[in-house]
Amino acid sequence: MAGEVVLLDTWASMFGMRVRIALAEKGVKYEYKEENVKNKSPLLLQMNPIHKKVPVLIHNGKPICESAIIVQYIDEVWKDKSPLLPSDPYERAQARFWVDFIDKKVYETWRRMWLSKGEEHETAKKELLDIFKLLEGTLGDKPFYGGDSFGFLDVGLIPFSSWFYTFETYGHFKMEAECPKLMAWVKRCVQSKESVSKTLPDEKKVYEHIVALEKATTGA
Amino acid sequence: MASNQQVKLLGVKGSPFVARAEIALKLKGVQYEFIHESLSNKSDLLLKNNPVHKKVPVLLHNDKPVCESLVIVEYIDEAWTGSTILPSDPYHRAQARFWSKFVDDKVFPAVFKAATNPNEKEREQGGEELRESLKILENELKGKFFNGDSIGLVDIAALFIAFWLPIIQEAVGLDLYNSEKYPKLDKWGQEIMNHHVVKEVLPDRDPLLAFFKGRFRSNTPSK
Repeated sequence: MAGEVVLLDTWASMFGMRVRIALAEKGVKYEYKEENVKNKSPLLLQMNPIHKKVPVLIHNGKPICESAIIVQYIDEVWKDKSPLLPSDPYERAQARFWVDFIDKKVYETWRRMWLSKGEEHETAKKELLDIFKLLEGTLGDKPFYGGDSFGFLDVGLIPFSSWFYTFETYGHFKMEAECPKLMAWVKRCVQSKESVSKTLPDEKKVYEHIVALEKATTGA
Repeated sequence: MASNQQVKLLGVKGSPFVARAEIALKLKGVQYEFIHESLSNKSDLLLKNNPVHKKVPVLLHNDKPVCESLVIVEYIDEAWTGSTILPSDPYHRAQARFWSKFVDDKVFPAVFKAATNPNEKEREQGGEELRESLKILENELKGKFFNGDSIGLVDIAALFIAFWLPIIQEAVGLDLYNSEKYPKLDKWGQEIMNHHVVKEVLPDRDPLLAFFKGRFRSNTPSK
């Protein structure tokens, strides 16, 4: 389906990465515009007046916001290639449930771990690890969350792997030790999906970015 | 769909989230068994089928669980044919998902902040957030329903504003949402509460008012 596709995003956003991976899976050509969250473009404010956040997909001039919603939109519009949602309604519901779970839990828990010290930090760290262990359990023995093929939940979760080094360094743990099966899935995604390997940023760059952000925020 | 389908809904009658699932089932003409849960004494069935959140509603379709009200409503829309709850066009589907998520992410938290936060400044902040969210929805409403001429996902999600919010306001002495400030939403509220399926599902007002009075602290009315 032809038409102009523009993506407003920031390079380190795991939510934006979901959209970039989905577009790559579908072979959609698009224009990428890097936003500065401290100086949001008029286009962003016009296209997402409600939340003023990235990512925003603009298709033929019409905006779609919220990454999980954008990925489903991409899957429905470019439906002839690389389906992301399963065809069975029950499996679709499970995929949606788990992406919703990731959205409700991961970022908020990471932030608490990042910005707290002492007991609060330890509690948040344990919660974050429990979340990833739960997600690891859901994978089971399947190669991908989508079964034999890379699907909606894979797209939903894989961007967070580019933040693992950051989580590990702030939390003083190793994902490989805590969630070896999840790390094997990460490796599988990166090695077998070009959409993933070409989208995920360098995890050390993400860490430096967060360190710089923290200094700017806390003046530390 | 075959008549040997077994559909159960785990829920409590006063919950706006459970109501969403019931409305969706009734719109599709699906026969189901309502299993009353006690939130202070959750059944093994609930804990087994929603171990992650331990909340209602949970839909059991041939014993397979679906959790989270908006996920359940989409599932019901896809699993049974009949009146379409989500639009068929991908762009409008994205909009429907966006606005129903907006209700959950913005309206509910603001209401509970305004009504229940022990700190007065926080309650005022909640009131501001609610006013802003309602204004946005008021502007978004273009027709009889958010979905056009018939009710859809957003209407089902936003029913909380029409039925539950006024009761909560009365219980704690707030007047943030009213017909003068939000005439379109108010009119929409009357229409949706009068919908033949919604009418069947809405719980009785008085016990709910008593429940909210008991649960939430009373506070002085905000302007």
